[in-house]
Amino acid sequence: MFAKEIARGMYTTFRELIRSSVAGDPVTIQYPEEKRPVTSRFKGRHVLKRYDNGLEKCIGCSLCAAACPADAIFVESSENTDEKRYSPGERYASTYEINFLRCIFCGYCEDACPTEAIVLGDNYELSFTDRRDAIYTKEMLIEAVPENEKSSPQEVEPGMFTRAVPEMKDPV
Amino acid sequence: MDYVLWIEWIVKAILLIVILLTGFAYMTYMERKFLGRFQNRYGPNRAGPFGLLQPIADAVKLIFKEELIPSKADKLVFLLAPVLTVVPAWILLAVIPFGEVVTIFGREISLSVAGDLNTGILYLTAITSISVYGIVLAGWSSNNKYATMGGIRSSAQMISYELALGLAFIGPILMAGSMSLTRIVEQQGRVGWFAIYQPITFVIFLIALLAEINRSPFDMPEAEQELTAGYHTEYSGMKFAMFMLTEYTKMIVVSVIAATLFLGGYDIPFIENEGWLGPLALFIKVLILLFGMVWVRATLPRFRYDRLMAFGWKILLPLALFSVFLTAALVIIFPGLGPK
Repeated sequence: MFAKEIARGMYTTFRELIRSSVAGDPVTIQYPEEKRPVTSRFKGRHVLKRYDNGLEKCIGCSLCAAACPADAIFVESSENTDEKRYSPGERYASTYEINFLRCIFCGYCEDACPTEAIVLGDNYELSFTDRRDAIYTKEMLIEAVPENEKSSPQEVEPGMFTRAVPEMKDPV
Repeated sequence: MDYVLWIEWIVKAILLIVILLTGFAYMTYMERKFLGRFQNRYGPNRAGPFGLLQPIADAVKLIFKEELIPSKADKLVFLLAPVLTVVPAWILLAVIPFGEVVTIFGREISLSVAGDLNTGILYLTAITSISVYGIVLAGWSSNNKYATMGGIRSSAQMISYELALGLAFIGPILMAGSMSLTRIVEQQGRVGWFAIYQPITFVIFLIALLAEINRSPFDMPEAEQELTAGYHTEYSGMKFAMFMLTEYTKMIVVSVIAATLFLGGYDIPFIENEGWLGPLALFIKVLILLFGMVWVRATLPRFRYDRLMAFGWKILLPLALFSVFLTAALVIIFPGLGPK
């Protein structure tokens, strides 16, 4: 009764056993040590970008908060001065919070941003044990300062950063 | 000298239970590890080196789980059923000879818990049948339709395959002329392993064993797709662990029985006095049989229930009868193979 089929099946599984044991190439990815790269258009946790000179791109306009369908973003802006300059232009985001229990990772905030300050990054390891921990603050979201550059706020020459939206080199 | 005998019995019994418990723990590990490799995965490899502490982690987890008893369950039977399944699995091994008589501290000790019982096989068949009660009672007392159906299927399946199993037991009895397992092993040491002389009986025995212990591809009572978890649907925590314990202990136990009856037990071919090598030889044979069970599980899908019954009654039973006839003919034609 099905002797030939059973024999073939047994041979197949045994061959796989030997092959995966000898070659040592199971398909499993050993997750915390080894991570699968995400695709280039992957929408993960947001990152607030900086310019090359260390100033923040975010100007606190709240367009991202307006575009957000899940109402996950909260922005509060304050005035920039030449002595304490966070970003080009008049204003910067003094508070920037994203609630990751609300966020649906649609990427509308990214589309709405006039300065390309907010970008959905490649981090998908979002886990929290508390509702409060789900709210990511500006300090947690913002990109690291480029090497050999000062962090914001910086003291700058008057009249250098008057325009909030700089001329983009390669507009999308 | 009487108290020394008592100590000997107690030490043997405790050793047997300790070995079976460790065997159970590492049987689950071995199965998961091999299944992993069969399916191009790693298997458990997080707890300890190579995942060797995984069984302990599982045990700790199960101990801390909540023990649920359904409100409409028959409480006494519900609590008794896991015990009823575990105990037969443990006491089965009492009559198996693990080696020849050895001398420790100037005492001659036979390496079997109950000694050389001259009705050993009768004991085996009787005890294997008891464990079906535990399963059917677990299914019934849960007051759950899936559990009940799992229990009923299980009992029907076990009764059907016990016939073929019983007939397969007759082969070794005919060739050894005794129901004593020690005599059966000794006879195999004299004429060669019974699996060589009665391959059909051996194959029938292995198939019936798989059905008897509800292993894949005959794991009908616990068919997840149809019955959620079968007879142990309502069990949790340590009571669930006891059903798992039974399943894996029985795998080991029936492998020991198969090795003893057909693969020479502790006998190593062409060696006269095995001594302490005997238990080691038996252990290796059991490991090979256990690997075979894992291999079958990795390969074969579950039988359909009606086909399972048809296979048991219409194919396996006549074939087992025929093999009894063959073995009897073998013993008559070559009297040298039969009992002395």
